[in-house]
Amino acid sequence: MNMVDAVPLPWVLAVAAGLFCIGLFGALSRRNTVGILLGVELMLNAVNLNLIAFWRYLEPNVVAGQVFALFIITVAAAEAAVGLAMIIAIYRTRLTVNADEVDSLKG
Amino acid sequence: MLAHYAFIGVFFIAAASFPILPLIGAYFLRPSRPTEVKLDTYECGLEAIGDIWVQFKVQYYLYALAFVVFDIEVVFLYPWAVAFNQLGLFALVEMAIFLFILIGGLVYAWRKGALEWV
Amino acid sequence: MPDIQIPSIDLGVSLQLLIIFGGAMVLLLADLFSGEGNKRIVGYIALLFVVGAAAAGVPYWDAPRSTFNGMLVLDNFALTLNWIFLLSTAITILISLEYLPRQGIERGEYYALLLFALGGMMLLAQGTDLIVLFLGLELLSITLYVLAGFAYPRLSSEEAAMKYLLIGAFAAGFLVFGIALLYGATGTSSLAGIANKLGSGLAADDVAFMLAGAALVIIGFGYKISMAPFHMWTPDVYEGSPTPVAAFMSVGTKGAGFAALARLLLVALGSQYATWGLILAILAAVTMVIGNVSAVAQTNVKRMLAYSSIGHAGYILMGVLSAGSPAAANRGIEGFLFYLLAYSLTNLGAFAVLIALEQRGEAAWSLDDFAGLWHRQPFLAIAMALCMFSLAGVPPTAGFWGKFYVFTAAWEAGLQWLAVVGVITSAIAAFFYLRIIVQMFMRDPVREISPSLDRNLMIGVGLAALGVIVFGISPTPVIDLVQGSVLALSR
Repeated sequence: MNMVDAVPLPWVLAVAAGLFCIGLFGALSRRNTVGILLGVELMLNAVNLNLIAFWRYLEPNVVAGQVFALFIITVAAAEAAVGLAMIIAIYRTRLTVNADEVDSLKG
Repeated sequence: MLAHYAFIGVFFIAAASFPILPLIGAYFLRPSRPTEVKLDTYECGLEAIGDIWVQFKVQYYLYALAFVVFDIEVVFLYPWAVAFNQLGLFALVEMAIFLFILIGGLVYAWRKGALEWV
Repeated sequence: MPDIQIPSIDLGVSLQLLIIFGGAMVLLLADLFSGEGNKRIVGYIALLFVVGAAAAGVPYWDAPRSTFNGMLVLDNFALTLNWIFLLSTAITILISLEYLPRQGIERGEYYALLLFALGGMMLLAQGTDLIVLFLGLELLSITLYVLAGFAYPRLSSEEAAMKYLLIGAFAAGFLVFGIALLYGATGTSSLAGIANKLGSGLAADDVAFMLAGAALVIIGFGYKISMAPFHMWTPDVYEGSPTPVAAFMSVGTKGAGFAALARLLLVALGSQYATWGLILAILAAVTMVIGNVSAVAQTNVKRMLAYSSIGHAGYILMGVLSAGSPAAANRGIEGFLFYLLAYSLTNLGAFAVLIALEQRGEAAWSLDDFAGLWHRQPFLAIAMALCMFSLAGVPPTAGFWGKFYVFTAAWEAGLQWLAVVGVITSAIAAFFYLRIIVQMFMRDPVREISPSLDRNLMIGVGLAALGVIVFGISPTPVIDLVQGSVLALSR
């Protein structure tokens, strides 16, 4: 007996959707920019879980879902790297990492 | 179906009991004579200064992110390695190009001084 | 495990992409080994690659083909978009060459990043698979985050970059979640595959997945093309970014975002027009109203252009969504492409004039700074006037034909009310565009500003203004071009 029979697809999707919502909440509620990025990463990982689940349960012979997950992992890393670099730059000039203290542009 | 999960459950309980049982045993067997020095936070033998909830120097992130980028690129090597036997020379050349581009990135980071502690 | 077939690869399809990406990497190295204070040479090399890539596309006109298992195509639609993007990038490089040293932010990576962003845009135009579209969008976005913060340590630039990054990453999360759901509903990530699957009918649960996925994908793209109600970031980011970057963003992200959205909506989800057509029409109307009405209140011209670019996103969206209706399938795509070309030239021209007025450490973007420009720099004043007329849609400028085209498309698609909203908002928009012209020609200078007009900037402004007026007076070549570009996309 393998996992596909033991755990139905909707359970996995529910976990992924829950993870996505936690990430969404984190991204929206955090003041710390690093925290916001963490929330976004969680959202992307929820997507990965979704893709892998769809691939395994629905189309196990076509690897598109798996490949897509790999690309998302890399893109997420690149995004986090740029984000952290920016946080460092802002920290150097303003000595803060909080999003709501960075608000000189308005109108 | 649930029987299969029972294995995991047994395994989990056995694994958890490894640290928990000795700790409980030690609790009953050991002598208890606390002093102020013994209860202090252990920090390599030095006296602990300040709170542990401080913000790290942002500089540390710089290394972390240079590491993360190169580390994650390795993800693409896994599927290539798994299917290597079936792919042959073509894929070998492609992967060489891929790694060559990465090395270009490393040279760039190096020349720009991103690998030095500022 | 099934045998792995190495797909036959037709490098011609990705030739332009290879030139641009190879060029970007050459530029990174050129930057490393060129001396300080001599980064213009990097810019000139970049220009060379852009022109080369544009020329490399010529033999592929009217010879559509695809490669990488149908993940990448080069049809006339993609080729026309590529040319528009290459032209926009060339003008951006021209107007940046002297701006960067003047602002003290001359760093060689600038041009490499521009080319990477351009490559992302071209991937969005050529991609026919959700994976490629996602990669193109992220490549474009991540480089633009960096470019937005390129004027560091200027605070406003860093802040713009931070805001853009946080919102962009957030939007990307929605986009990929939507893509994952679309993939789950149809079992394929290729646009043609999705269309096939939808054509043969889906199970009831899968329809729910598909609709949720499509909605999330539209939200994700909506952020990138600053469609209301996802436009909030636009004015802040444009204002804080270095001006050439803001110019590039205003035409680049929009063009590429719409290109991908058009392919996604028309190729993959074309059969679902009844579902998304009206929703997008309402969003387009809201976008036009919000963008143009908010622009009226601005006295800062750079912010005004940012809001007006939101309004223009609405007009372009009008063209794209009209193409979903069988009655206006071709007309909509033609309108979209024509409008995009006209808008790209015009907006780049307008931002280039802002660059000429911008001194080091001091922004001269208020309406008063335009007062009497005609007496000080007639060339800039005429170029700016042409651009304003074109943005307002006054004949005989390219902007007029663009508007004419998309309004006709909406009318033919049975969305008469949308065309009417478009006309009304254009009339509102004319107010603030003409206000600048009045300032320039009919008032005396308020304060002393000496615009810096170097040769490269002059070529950039001249090219944009010339395009605006020439395509306005004789639009036939462009019409031929865009009419040749729809065939591949019609169902």
